[in-house]
Amino acid sequence: MEQQVERIFETRELNVNMGPQHPATHGVLRLVLDIDGETIVKVTPYVGYLHRGIEKLGESLTYFQALPLTDRMDYIASMSNNIGYCVAVEKLFDIEPPERAKFIRTIVGEMSRISNHLLWLATHALDIGAMTVFLYCFREREWILELFEKICGARLTVTYPRIGGVRNDLSQEFLDSLYKFTEEFPSRILEYETLIDQNRIWLKRTIGIGVISAEEAINWGLTGPTLRGSGVPYDIRKHMPYDAYDKVDFEVPVGIEGDTYDRYRCRMLEFRQSNNIIRQCIEKLPPGPVMADAPKFTLHPKDAMFPVTHPTKEHAFYIDEKVCKGCGMCLRACPAKAIFGEKKKPHKIKQELCLSCANCYVTCKFKSLKIVPGGKGLSDEKLAELAKAPLPEEIKKATEHLVEHFNFVKKGARAPEGELYVATEVPKGELGFYFVSDGSGKPYRMRLRSPSFIHAGALPRLCVGHLVADVIANIGTIDLVLGECDR
Amino acid sequence: MPGRKRHFSGIKLQQGAQMLIDTSATGLITVEEGTKILPPNLIITTLDKLINWGRLSSIWPTTFGLACCAIEMMAVGASHYDFDRFGIIFRGSPRQSDCIIVAGTVTKKMAPVIRRVYDQIPEPRYVVAMGSCACTGGVFRTYSTVQGCDTFLPVDVYVPGCPPRPETLLEGMMKLQEKIRKERARWSPWR
Amino acid sequence: MAVRLIKMVPIHKGLEPTEIAEKIKETFPDDVVEITNFRDQVSVIVKKGRILGICKYLHDEPTLCFDHLQDLCGVDYHGKKEPRFEVVYNLYSVKYRHRIRIRAQVTADDPSIKTVTSVWAGADWHERECFDMFGIVFKEHPDLRRILLPEDWEGHPLRKDYPLKGPELEKDWPGFVEVLNRSKELEEFVWKG
Repeated sequence: MEQQVERIFETRELNVNMGPQHPATHGVLRLVLDIDGETIVKVTPYVGYLHRGIEKLGESLTYFQALPLTDRMDYIASMSNNIGYCVAVEKLFDIEPPERAKFIRTIVGEMSRISNHLLWLATHALDIGAMTVFLYCFREREWILELFEKICGARLTVTYPRIGGVRNDLSQEFLDSLYKFTEEFPSRILEYETLIDQNRIWLKRTIGIGVISAEEAINWGLTGPTLRGSGVPYDIRKHMPYDAYDKVDFEVPVGIEGDTYDRYRCRMLEFRQSNNIIRQCIEKLPPGPVMADAPKFTLHPKDAMFPVTHPTKEHAFYIDEKVCKGCGMCLRACPAKAIFGEKKKPHKIKQELCLSCANCYVTCKFKSLKIVPGGKGLSDEKLAELAKAPLPEEIKKATEHLVEHFNFVKKGARAPEGELYVATEVPKGELGFYFVSDGSGKPYRMRLRSPSFIHAGALPRLCVGHLVADVIANIGTIDLVLGECDR
Repeated sequence: MPGRKRHFSGIKLQQGAQMLIDTSATGLITVEEGTKILPPNLIITTLDKLINWGRLSSIWPTTFGLACCAIEMMAVGASHYDFDRFGIIFRGSPRQSDCIIVAGTVTKKMAPVIRRVYDQIPEPRYVVAMGSCACTGGVFRTYSTVQGCDTFLPVDVYVPGCPPRPETLLEGMMKLQEKIRKERARWSPWR
Repeated sequence: MAVRLIKMVPIHKGLEPTEIAEKIKETFPDDVVEITNFRDQVSVIVKKGRILGICKYLHDEPTLCFDHLQDLCGVDYHGKKEPRFEVVYNLYSVKYRHRIRIRAQVTADDPSIKTVTSVWAGADWHERECFDMFGIVFKEHPDLRRILLPEDWEGHPLRKDYPLKGPELEKDWPGFVEVLNRSKELEEFVWKG
């Protein structure tokens, strides 16, 4: 009789695969759940379905070329990633961006924080079941993405913060429209809160889910709002300020219980704080340049080279036959194939085909190329005569800029030897860059410490003991994005 | 009464031949080649056109967002650039969908999964490669990235961009609609 | 409301990085190889033998209290210097707001080091990634398998002698080659229009 009863009630643990293709896993995350009935016994996350090899790729590119790679890591808040990279590399090069650039970077950093939290709220609420919030949040996000497009032309993967400052200045029209956004935004936050804050379903699904205490959270390496929800006041913008964060006044929301609801409230309050920061920055924005004056480490503006390279100028290029060794470098560099000559014999330029692009000028090691201002269309003998005259000051400066620009783009800015770890506060947590430099223009080791990787590692700890539906709530609350997790 | 009788001209249906509708009834207006209407509510057309119209007006893709392009795909699905007005609704399961939009970087670890999902979609099925990474590998020329999803999937429409603007994806879907419009005899039982 | 807003004020005064390094040198004189300083960031290069003891000391000592492991990664100095690998621990103290970096040297003929998951639970996934990318084995790790690459991948990508574009098609990951072959087989059934 007892055996029969046992066989009726025989239970086994079930293995359920929440595969990489799933509408609620925020990307390509695979979870294998061991469940006993509906309660979870163990969760095993499998990541790596978006591993693109960014760290290895960064070792073969110069510091400047590796900047767009960081956009694609946390693709939701790409401005913050760029700022983190630029702050780290600027510390390595020991250059300081100007004040205006710092304030502009703070503004766009906070805009990207708002945009990230909007997407977080949209997907988190959609997973839990509140579909209207998704559409409302995307309405605001479109506004912010339009503003990004006004600044730099790209909506999502912007590469606007550059090493040494930002790419271009903000117009007054943009600042006015941004100010209008900050005036309207608090009413929109109220709209979202009306929908879900006191909603019984939301409260039942988020209170008491994914509870983690402060010591455990620090031990697991959590950062950002995920950590602050447990009561730890750790914010890098206050601990180790960078950019203009020490010049603006803001508060940091910190939770008490350490569950999903507290983390949700932290992020909702961060909306308002970011709004506040943007307003203060717009009011305090100082005038000045937006790129640091460090010619070895930053890209020159192209108009410094226009006296030489602009095609409407009437320049001719002439090869001095006495100096030319016939190595053939300029022959290969010319895009119009206007140079001809044999090996070890002096080369000549066909003036009809010459585009005045100055490619030959920068490639010649022996300085046999001469620039003749106003010499377009003249014969070779006349050019030989005019080439002996000294160059005007403007052209000389432009040629120096040109050569420096060429070396900068080809070989990269040389960093001193050493190693460095710099962390910034991105919307998801703490983004750290660890650089090992060997003195060349490319990083020897570029390590990206991404918050999503650590948080995904803590997912097993958060989910144990809860029901299957709470796994979705937990994935939403740690704000996972797989591009950053897998790199 | 005009339109009640339809008689075809003597051309029989052959593989690859255009079927002509020739009637001599009055009151018929030619809308385009092969379609005539008798206002207000009688339409004479070919079966191909009818079925293609039905298919292109409600393409249901499987949600397959991999990386950054997925965010732009979600933005197209939101209310600013609406996908639903084209009849495009995202379905979670490949068994209930018509096409797969591969949005984002395809890695070698993910390739078997994509192929498996594609194999589960019932025919007729289409593939849209969205973004530079899905078209050709994009920025990432590394050990773990597949250089374009067309190495293992038959792609119908390539949508370039990094990421493509939402309007670009809409244009891509409209190109897919054009492609479907031109199909002939895809529904016929022998192939 | 379950959340309070605070203005942050430093409560405990932390130590200077050089002082922390001196303290480590006093407590473990035989293990410390070198102390370097670059842009005000101090790193202590140690031998790998007593790394668990050093980490426990840094975590438990009341004046140091390094409770937050910010980052754990590996570096490959192939051809530049011996020993070949280094495992780098970036540590931070939330209480005192000071930080230090520990670099443990690992040789190429015995690429293994003791795990620190007993001190910081968050080191689990970091060490798995280090094993995946460099091939450094972490002894007594609860679950050491590959994390970012498929489980049966051959080679360790972030080593300096691994090509960026990966192996040739014949020697590539068998799972991917299988997908390519299968798609070639099924190509005849694709509707061509």
